[in-house]
Amino acid sequence: MNLAISATTIGAQHYFILGAILFTIGATGLLLRRNAIVMFMCVELMLNAVNLTFVTFAKALNDSAGQAAVFFTLIVAAAEVAVGLAIIVAIFRRRQGATADDIDLMKG
Amino acid sequence: MNALLLAATKDVVAFHVNPVLFYALAAIAIAGATGVVISRNPVHSALFLVMTMIIIAVFFLTLSAPMVAIVQVIVYASAIVVLFLFVIMLLGIDRHEMLATDDRKYQRPAGAALGLLTLGGLIATVIGNWQLGPQTSSGRALSAIPTLDGVASTTAGETDQIRPLARTLFTQFAWQFQVTAVLLVIAVVGAVVLARRSTRPARTEVSA
Repeated sequence: MNLAISATTIGAQHYFILGAILFTIGATGLLLRRNAIVMFMCVELMLNAVNLTFVTFAKALNDSAGQAAVFFTLIVAAAEVAVGLAIIVAIFRRRQGATADDIDLMKG
Repeated sequence: MNALLLAATKDVVAFHVNPVLFYALAAIAIAGATGVVISRNPVHSALFLVMTMIIIAVFFLTLSAPMVAIVQVIVYASAIVVLFLFVIMLLGIDRHEMLATDDRKYQRPAGAALGLLTLGGLIATVIGNWQLGPQTSSGRALSAIPTLDGVASTTAGETDQIRPLARTLFTQFAWQFQVTAVLLVIAVVGAVVLARRSTRPARTEVSA
């Protein structure tokens, strides 16, 4: 395995490892934080890391389907944020707080 | 055959990116991502998120995906983060998280351990004995792609980068693209229904 191919190039693996690191930071944040909005941001971070991997594969295979997948990820992320933030607003109205500990009962 | 694919996918694929640029941007992206996680104030988290997303857009540019990079800046770094900030300001929950009065002591070590496990698994996958599938999405056999080491030397114009993307998106994924329209409509309706200020709960409490 040749990570440093020459002085002016970067291997696809560098991008994959960067994507893995960013995904891990997002996943760890999702596990560690209790604030629901920050947890959402960590999910966005994970989606971005996966997008980076998609685009790297699109370039490596010269196949634009990887870039098309990013658009679908983006649309799903937009839908998720719209619904998720609406849920946070609804929870905040009832509980005056938006940490994950406030939502430990499955009733209003 | 497998050895050939492995050689093609693991060693030959290299992009003409300045390593200094790559490592500098990667450091900024990782710092921004860490900032999202460790900031006590949600507003700071959102600003670190903008930083990370813009750096990722620059990475998309280095991967000759200008369209994706611009959409990343417009949709992610602008629209989504503005929505986050809007909700933070609307609800006034930009106060600091009470990490000191944490009654669940096991959460942080357990989360950190699971994070390290995830990182180890992902990096083992990346540098391990992986290979790409036998076919790409367009049905071509991987070995038939003439590019893998030619990609880097290809100097394609702007239109040559965007036109294949449009063709893929609007022919091969046309059905999925229309389904996402339905998804967005459902999301908008759901957001309106959830965020609507209902007067009914007050009345039921009175009647109960």
